[in-house]
Amino acid sequence: MKEMRRVLSVIVLNEHGVLSRISGLFAGRGYNIDSLTVAPIPKTNLSRLTIITSGNTKVLEQIVKQLHKLIPTYKVIESSAFVEKEMALVKIPLNEDFNGLDAMLKAYNGTIANSGEDFIVVMVADDYDRIDSFLKAVKKYNPVDMVRGGSVALDI
Amino acid sequence: MDLNGSQMLIEALRKENVKVVFGYPGGAIMNVYDEVYKQNYFKHILTRHEQAAVHAADGYARASGNVGVAFVTSGPGFTNAVTGLATAYMDSTPMVVISGQVPISMIGTDAFQEIDAVGISRPCVKHNYLVKDVSELPRILKEAFYIARTGRPGPVHIDIPKDVTAQMGKFEYPDEIKMQTYKPTYKGNPRQIKKAIEAIALSKRPVLYIGGGAINSNAANEVREFAKITGIPAVETLMARGVLEHDNPLLLGMLGMHGCYSANMAMSEADLMIAFGPRFDDRVTGKLSEFAKHAKIIHIDIDPSSIGKIVDVEYPIVGDLKNVIEAMLPLAKEQIDESKYKPWRDLLNRYSEIHPLRYQDSDEVLKPQWVIERTGKLLGDKALITTDVGQHQMWSAQFYPFSHPRQFITSGGLGTMGFGLPAAMGVKKACPEKISINFTGDGSILMNIQELMTAVESKIPVVNIILNNQFLGMVRQWQTFFYDKRYSSTDLTMQPDFVKLVESFGGVGYRVHTKAEFDEALKSAIESNTIAMIDVHIDRLENVLPMVPSGGTLYNMMLEYKE
Repeated sequence: MKEMRRVLSVIVLNEHGVLSRISGLFAGRGYNIDSLTVAPIPKTNLSRLTIITSGNTKVLEQIVKQLHKLIPTYKVIESSAFVEKEMALVKIPLNEDFNGLDAMLKAYNGTIANSGEDFIVVMVADDYDRIDSFLKAVKKYNPVDMVRGGSVALDI
Repeated sequence: MDLNGSQMLIEALRKENVKVVFGYPGGAIMNVYDEVYKQNYFKHILTRHEQAAVHAADGYARASGNVGVAFVTSGPGFTNAVTGLATAYMDSTPMVVISGQVPISMIGTDAFQEIDAVGISRPCVKHNYLVKDVSELPRILKEAFYIARTGRPGPVHIDIPKDVTAQMGKFEYPDEIKMQTYKPTYKGNPRQIKKAIEAIALSKRPVLYIGGGAINSNAANEVREFAKITGIPAVETLMARGVLEHDNPLLLGMLGMHGCYSANMAMSEADLMIAFGPRFDDRVTGKLSEFAKHAKIIHIDIDPSSIGKIVDVEYPIVGDLKNVIEAMLPLAKEQIDESKYKPWRDLLNRYSEIHPLRYQDSDEVLKPQWVIERTGKLLGDKALITTDVGQHQMWSAQFYPFSHPRQFITSGGLGTMGFGLPAAMGVKKACPEKISINFTGDGSILMNIQELMTAVESKIPVVNIILNNQFLGMVRQWQTFFYDKRYSSTDLTMQPDFVKLVESFGGVGYRVHTKAEFDEALKSAIESNTIAMIDVHIDRLENVLPMVPSGGTLYNMMLEYKE
């Protein structure tokens, strides 16, 4: 069976140990986590997790059911219609030639987030596959470090 | 009303109508035990090991249908209890297990007898809690009992730090509970039910595949009624033994690795499978690609994650089995003609005649199957049967004539050796009017042998029948079949004198080599009304047959073993 990428938005009670229930479920049953982000939903007792996972149809169906089965799970949204964005930060030495960097940042919803004595830090926010290509393209500026944030998604 | 955490626990147990608690004290749970001493709502039974406390609560829960309760202390007390939790989780037993924990201020400091208990129990319980403040305790206790007994039942673990058990707080215990995130589905979707009935009416070779859900849902009467109305032949899993009475003409027997030929052939040749709360365990299905490959599947289960987990299902119905069958019955009466399945029933009955469950009896040596059959003949439905794990477990499932649900108590999913004796004590506490029999092996019985002391002290008569072949029998059988008889670490010739052993605890023991001795020993053991051990020396090399070798197909059983 074919492996597919799947975005899951999981709403859970924001309580002690809930993240370990979810990560433990994935680890214990051998499911993949490609990325996972979590933050409280304002003015509620809930948190939203965005999990990017992959597997065949049967595995993906089980993942959703097993997530539902956890007592603190309020809702699992697995709609195919998501706005999904990821951000990345990249640290570039100041002695580089920045020719074309502005245009590149613009193309990937980016900006210069910080400028110090030796480095600048740029940030971009875009679709996860465009982040892939940005991180490839930005290599010509010899970045010394980079971090991606993992996807966040909202169903539409 | 202001109470401390320990008093809250006692009060909650009273409100939940808990009659018996099994447990073992220790430093972190001493405040609770102090309140146990002062109360007289429930009886506390001191086991001699925490694992046994949890198994005893498990046996109590399985026999009674009520939530079983156990207390253990922190650290090793809790880790000893883990096997009990995992056993209950795999077989969906409703339980609440309370563990002590080091005081909140010491959590995370590697304190004496500290372990991350909720971290360990998480994958082997339905839900767990670490109580951070006494104000949460009443709600957590209420939720724990509710979660344990509703939906697909299971064990719930509550870890209570020692300072919380002393903290004062307001105790309000609600009668009703509503949880924001936990709402099991009880009623089946009527459209799905209608479609399922239509599929049954169209089928020619349907089979009822009955699982442990039928017992947890208390649906035996409904299953019996459904079978009677429709005339559909039925097979039972290990966990479902007793749902149909043993002499029900529609019952083919147990299916799976050590199921009977006709039951496995019914699955293999059926065109429609009606799954009443089973979970398609690998010991049932054999090789998946060949499992029931001609059958469309109706699967009724209260746990949506059970449906479609192992096999694809054409007619999924999420709901409480009893509730769903009640909805199916009137439609079944209208639409299903039982006479239509007569040729199918005749075929399966022929299979049963050609290859019944059988064994070669002997005058020289006792056969384990005879011992079980004989016990069944003498005691029938007067006894509740608990087992340990191994050959004796399979022989019990095959040869005891079960006549009602909750008559057969066994560790099916986890296969926990050492379950039998403590569980049989729990069974006896739940149903004191019944005879509690534990069929066990010479391997299993030693895994919780210390419980003989509990049984003597708390006056819990259990008759342990050791089917003693001086082997770790099931592993030995696999070594015979699949490992060229290299009996690696399975010879248990070195063993204690079981008669003296039980006598040293204050119970009664019998050594049995003949049929006459067995009859006499069983009668005397029951009359003794104390813990008893019947050490039955059986044919050392007897095998459990028939057998579907691991990964084999149900329609290709090994019916006998040839050298």
